[in-house]
Amino acid sequence: MARTSLSRRSFIAASLLAGGGVAFEFALPLGRASAQGLDAAPITAFVRILPDNRVVIGGKNAEIGQGAKTMLPMLIAEELDVAWDSVTVEQTDADATIYGAQSAGGSRTTGREWLPMRQAGAAARAMVLAAAAQEWGVPVSALSSGQGRVLHEASGRAAPYATFAAGAARQTAPDPASLTLKDPSAFRIVGTRVMGVDTPAITQGKPLFGIDVDRPGMLHAVLETCPAVGGRFVSANLDEIRAMPGIEHVFVIEGDGQAESLLDGVAILSKSWWSADQARLALQVEWDTRAVEGYSTQGYAKCAAEALDRGPEKTVLDKGDVASALDGASQRITARYAVPILAHGTLEPQNTTALFTGDAIEIWSPTQNPESGRALVAAALGLEKEAIRIHFTRIGGGFGRRLMGDYMVQAAAIAAKVPGVPVKLLYSRQDEFRRDFFRAGAWHELDAGIDAAGRLTAFRDHYVTFGADGAPSRGAEVAAGIVPANLLANARIEQSLIATNLPTGWLRAPRSNSLGFVLLSFLDEVAQAGGRDLPALLLELLGEDARTIPGSGPREADFQTGRARSVIEKVLVLADWAGRGGLASGRGKGFGFYFSHAGYFAVVVEAQVRDGQVRVPRVWAAGDVGSQIVNPLNAEQQVRGAVIEGLGQALAGQEITQVDGAVEQANFDTHPFMRIDAVPEIEVAFVPSDNGPTGLGEPALPPVVGALVNAVHAATGTRIRKLPLREEDLV
Amino acid sequence: MAIRFTLNGDETTLDVDPAKPLLWTLREDIGLPGTKFGCGAGLCGACTVHVDGVATRACITPVGLIEGQSVTTIEAAGADPVGRHVVAAWCALDVPQCGYCQAGQIMNATAFLHEVPEPADADIDAAMAGNLCRCASYTRIRAAIKDAAHKAKEA
Repeated sequence: MARTSLSRRSFIAASLLAGGGVAFEFALPLGRASAQGLDAAPITAFVRILPDNRVVIGGKNAEIGQGAKTMLPMLIAEELDVAWDSVTVEQTDADATIYGAQSAGGSRTTGREWLPMRQAGAAARAMVLAAAAQEWGVPVSALSSGQGRVLHEASGRAAPYATFAAGAARQTAPDPASLTLKDPSAFRIVGTRVMGVDTPAITQGKPLFGIDVDRPGMLHAVLETCPAVGGRFVSANLDEIRAMPGIEHVFVIEGDGQAESLLDGVAILSKSWWSADQARLALQVEWDTRAVEGYSTQGYAKCAAEALDRGPEKTVLDKGDVASALDGASQRITARYAVPILAHGTLEPQNTTALFTGDAIEIWSPTQNPESGRALVAAALGLEKEAIRIHFTRIGGGFGRRLMGDYMVQAAAIAAKVPGVPVKLLYSRQDEFRRDFFRAGAWHELDAGIDAAGRLTAFRDHYVTFGADGAPSRGAEVAAGIVPANLLANARIEQSLIATNLPTGWLRAPRSNSLGFVLLSFLDEVAQAGGRDLPALLLELLGEDARTIPGSGPREADFQTGRARSVIEKVLVLADWAGRGGLASGRGKGFGFYFSHAGYFAVVVEAQVRDGQVRVPRVWAAGDVGSQIVNPLNAEQQVRGAVIEGLGQALAGQEITQVDGAVEQANFDTHPFMRIDAVPEIEVAFVPSDNGPTGLGEPALPPVVGALVNAVHAATGTRIRKLPLREEDLV
Repeated sequence: MAIRFTLNGDETTLDVDPAKPLLWTLREDIGLPGTKFGCGAGLCGACTVHVDGVATRACITPVGLIEGQSVTTIEAAGADPVGRHVVAAWCALDVPQCGYCQAGQIMNATAFLHEVPEPADADIDAAMAGNLCRCASYTRIRAAIKDAAHKAKEA
């Protein structure tokens, strides 16, 4: 696996701070792509050493609760060799030309930043030591550091970093390749349990989030769009709304027909968001929905069934001779599965504050993907990218929803109508459900052949999802490298597409969150038919000898069978797995394993089923995300959060339904997420391996739903092939 | 219309539409943004404050209804003897992930611990089920409430 590293062209500029401290601004162009083959862009961090020897470190990435704002500065502080309690973290602005990639997506941050952030810290330390060597007239090789102090062992001299601020600022930046990084055994910060840098402020209710942005003279905006996504504006009682008390402006936003940037809408502006939102109750809009009103949940199910009956439009993967292998199998297992459309439901509704000044715009946004938003705003307003300044805020949940930049474009388009006035656009909860980029629905027909000994010999998956012109819609693709296709000689993946008016997007562990359920449940069926349990079937497919199977595309990490084997073996020990049985009636254990986002996760779920009600008392999870867990305190939370989210997708009743093109759900009562009273005990174990650290936001989720339905099958004998799980499926 | 109430210990008089929810009054008219908007329908608990000590969903509480009553928000949670332990436990266990729901969680937990100082696990689940944490920090919410209950008892 390629590691991110700093190129020889890298440079570091140091400059004196007005207060006498020293600032190191690193612009470190990367020579090659990161572990996931992405974002080969300059990385920049920002370090300031203050006169009192406190250190201010810039947190450069989007913080959505995945811990980046704490973790990246930990890496810098480690190699800078300062005490963590002397560090203050500041959120940087969003600017790829200074800071490099700042997005939060694909669990990529850890793998991408592991080396550059440490080099940034090590370079700053080297400059301080060089300055100290000059001042003391000793060779730099005679100096060492510790806890923000320079030490000269021979003379016993020691002084804080801040003493050498001016001298450090005059140093030539070291070649990053010349820097010696700490051996992990010497880590004092990385690998320790570090509290989130914003935790105290969060518990005191301090303003941190996009919704908390407040500017002098700011107006609040709501944006009404067509209930059926894509409907065009025809007319509205705008004058009546304008005359309402407290309403400052009402205008039509003319869209470009793209949900990703701007759909038609009516904006209402007031000094109070509540007043603007109340005015919507009186707003009457005539929409032209002819192009979109034909789409419905029932229609999708019918079209998908017809597509499965008809046969595939396209073959995505064709290995060996699947037809012959299936014909020659001693047993064939076939099944159809269905996965619903889901919404993200970030708890902080989408929002952005924008101030348009004629030839430039300033934006405050809780976005996971600022540069994508910048490009969209530039295109929509006809501005140069350089004319757009973006301030990052803390983000009240991402889950992939905020990888889209639509809310930034909407706020910018509204602000452009009132130059000089800052405007904060905030969605209502209903807007959230109306303007989401949904997890796509999927329908699968699976086919497997097993030999006389019960071994899996052939696999076929014909999947139907949303898309057009041969291309699945965003986040709806099936990777050719999935287990078991990548482990078999005979495997075929086939695709058919159906139309929708809903924009789809990336939901935590995109593709995998849907496929994990389908593949792991079906493989459990295959294992049962072959007289073995699912972990035994998978271990048999993986084989005894560790090997590496190349990823199926540039974005796909290689699959290492040895790492899969170790997490499977680990979770079986943790869960005291003795096959699926052995528990009292109505109880069962189910297993799942999944590889996604370069992470390997195996889980066991215990389920208890009574009167159609499923309770999950316990879950065990074992994962391999490389050699080092940077912040175990946060890492455990990421895994537990992923486990609970997975369970909720199956058990809480989540399903987006549509009638006449419009989504029926509008709030958390009809699209529920899991609550505390359904949360199991969750045991988490990390299985370190000799691989670079990779991200943890997503890979624990995909095996959970499959393991859950397998546990339900073990407990009841009922096979769940359609989500969400409903009471009537079990009684 | 002038509405008088006590806010975080201070007498407050506001000229505001009595139908305006307490949530938006706090955020827009008073400048206390710690109380969060999540659903607008009392379904998620992100806007939880105390009204005369009772955990209350500020998004569905018209400010006119709190005339003469005492409101406590997250900004003053630490001034409450039980709230102080709750906030400390939230930090000690690093409960927040994205953090957006946590003001509501802390306010709900504090009101609950005033009512049930030594809760059983099932009590905690029942009391906190109205507060959604989309990141699912629930394991630590449970642990932090137990920790706070323990510390408050010792104090």
